[in-house]
Amino acid sequence: MSRLIDVENLTLQFDTDEGRITAVDNVSFSLEAGEVMGLVGESGSGKSVTAKSLMKLNPGNAVYGPDSKITLHLDDGPVDVLSLKTDREMKIVRGGAISLIFQEPMASFAPAISIGDQMVEQLLIHTNFSKAQAKEVSIEMLDRVGISDPSTRFGQYAFELSGGMRQRAMIAMALSTKPKLLIADEPTTALDVTIQAQVIDLMKDLVSEFGMGIVFITHDLGVIAQTADKVAVMYLGRLVEQGTVRDVIRKPAHPYTRGLLAALPTLDDIDAPLTPIPGDIPSPLERPSGCVYHTRCQEVIGPRCAAQVPAFHNVDADHFAACHLYDPQEGTT
Amino acid sequence: MTNKPLIAAKGLSVHYALRGKLIGPKPYVGAVENVDIEIAPGSFFGLVGESGSGKTTLGRAMLRAAPISRGDVVFDDGEVAYSLKKLGKKELKDYRKRAQLIFQDPYAALSPRMTVRDIIAEPLEVMGLTRNRAETDARVREIAAKCRLNVEHLRRFPHAFSGGQRQRISIARALVSGPKFIVADESVAALDVSIQADVLNLLKAIQQDMGLTFLFISHDLSVVAHVCDHVAVMYLGRIVETAPTRTLFSGPRHPYTKALLSAIPSLDPDDRGKAQKLEGEIPSPTNPPPGCKFQTRCPVAIDRCRVEEPTLEAAGIEHKVACHRWQELAD
Repeated sequence: MSRLIDVENLTLQFDTDEGRITAVDNVSFSLEAGEVMGLVGESGSGKSVTAKSLMKLNPGNAVYGPDSKITLHLDDGPVDVLSLKTDREMKIVRGGAISLIFQEPMASFAPAISIGDQMVEQLLIHTNFSKAQAKEVSIEMLDRVGISDPSTRFGQYAFELSGGMRQRAMIAMALSTKPKLLIADEPTTALDVTIQAQVIDLMKDLVSEFGMGIVFITHDLGVIAQTADKVAVMYLGRLVEQGTVRDVIRKPAHPYTRGLLAALPTLDDIDAPLTPIPGDIPSPLERPSGCVYHTRCQEVIGPRCAAQVPAFHNVDADHFAACHLYDPQEGTT
Repeated sequence: MTNKPLIAAKGLSVHYALRGKLIGPKPYVGAVENVDIEIAPGSFFGLVGESGSGKTTLGRAMLRAAPISRGDVVFDDGEVAYSLKKLGKKELKDYRKRAQLIFQDPYAALSPRMTVRDIIAEPLEVMGLTRNRAETDARVREIAAKCRLNVEHLRRFPHAFSGGQRQRISIARALVSGPKFIVADESVAALDVSIQADVLNLLKAIQQDMGLTFLFISHDLSVVAHVCDHVAVMYLGRIVETAPTRTLFSGPRHPYTKALLSAIPSLDPDDRGKAQKLEGEIPSPTNPPPGCKFQTRCPVAIDRCRVEEPTLEAAGIEHKVACHRWQELAD
């Protein structure tokens, strides 16, 4: 496997009327080609913003921290994503090397342009295909994602397709440019379980066929367990835990990850009580000091949690948690 | 069920007219077709199915918020007995006090221009349940406390609250008129897991505390398994299986129920690819297939399924299933 993308010390703030809001705080991770990384967190945890900054796709009031660095490793050498300025330069990543699938397939297709025309349009922008070739490739992709009668669907509009079909068309469109990295932002959340299972299967097939990397954003730990190779858990803009999917799901180390798993209703034991995480996620305007999770944490070890930002500590090989519980110094001092 | 149901649907159908031809029978969509369910007082009844299965329409028909085309819904709480099909204006007003709805999206359900106090008090004022402001305030405070909202919260506007808190406000508003029957339509679907557990626990606590009966509509089977005591599974407007929760989840009989259960993503990363996959999508109710409505996707359909529609038959204690082949597939 070869390295696909490196994210180092990504910090992202937004200038708003109410002041400067920190959405992402010092996040680092990397992804290999052919690897699926699950990015988990609740609403407001900054997972979508993090993923969008991989394409520098954030609004004008976004301010990146001075140490932030995102390096995309392409065949022609590394690209420093955050230094891209013009639309022309940006095309290399946006829709070129990186594709994005949104959560709501109804909102991401233009309602008055046929599915086919939208697919052809982006192919004409990002590839050297002629119009006829682009049409051929689009129909082939629609067929590939399991849409029956693709040449008819090609001429239809988004409202004529069911939810599952729209999401398939969205995937077909995102993959037709053969991206190196696919960002899937809650791609199955709006779908029924039976359709979700179909879409997850489809995405797995496509990863093994095209060998691209996927950043899979979701709040559903079950979906993560079924799709991801490794998992990063976010809370209030910070990464709190990172590791292989087996480690994070079976041996969650950070109190937040444990809380998430305990709150999840499972079918294995339907009599088990549901344990909510106490309190609400704090407003980004009032970020807690020290460890951002200390206001809801049930395993606070002392005043240190409110005072000092925890560093990433090794729990196991390849398994890290940003929590003072795993500080080798803790307890000895 | 041994005790008399609080509310029961009897052969209930909800049809919506389509733009018709000038002559001949009027075309319609059968959103709910010939549904029989009985909900016992004090029960937490789950209704599951994919989008388009008619679960929301059934819930609304039981509140008389969707037209009843055939059959009836019978409500009897010991004080009054209503046949919802023949409800007069005055009786309908009274029924609205006794049956309430909690919506899915707590962001859309609350008016941004009203304070939380006014939002919760509005049903009392509209229905004329209290005589003066002091009485209204007392009632609002009492309900707010039950829903774990404090007095400080009542003065604020909804935008100041998180999703979980907003849903608690919606619940308080539904409860303030003192209903007996509550329809909760996807009431936790828009919430994060850590908050979802909290709202579910609150609903359960309130149900026990106030002796309420719930119809809990959800697409999430694991949530239903945890909170409901009885479950009905819907597909294309029909109930295909109904049973006590434990029975349904330990021994599902209908191929659709089995497929739904197996489609839930397992939390075990080594369980990948074991799920039994259902092909295709739910057909459009404007053009339902002949015979069993599930035959187009059913992995075990036979010729009989394509011509003859199965009816609900007993498959155990309080367990009913609508499938021609459930018996031979049982073992």
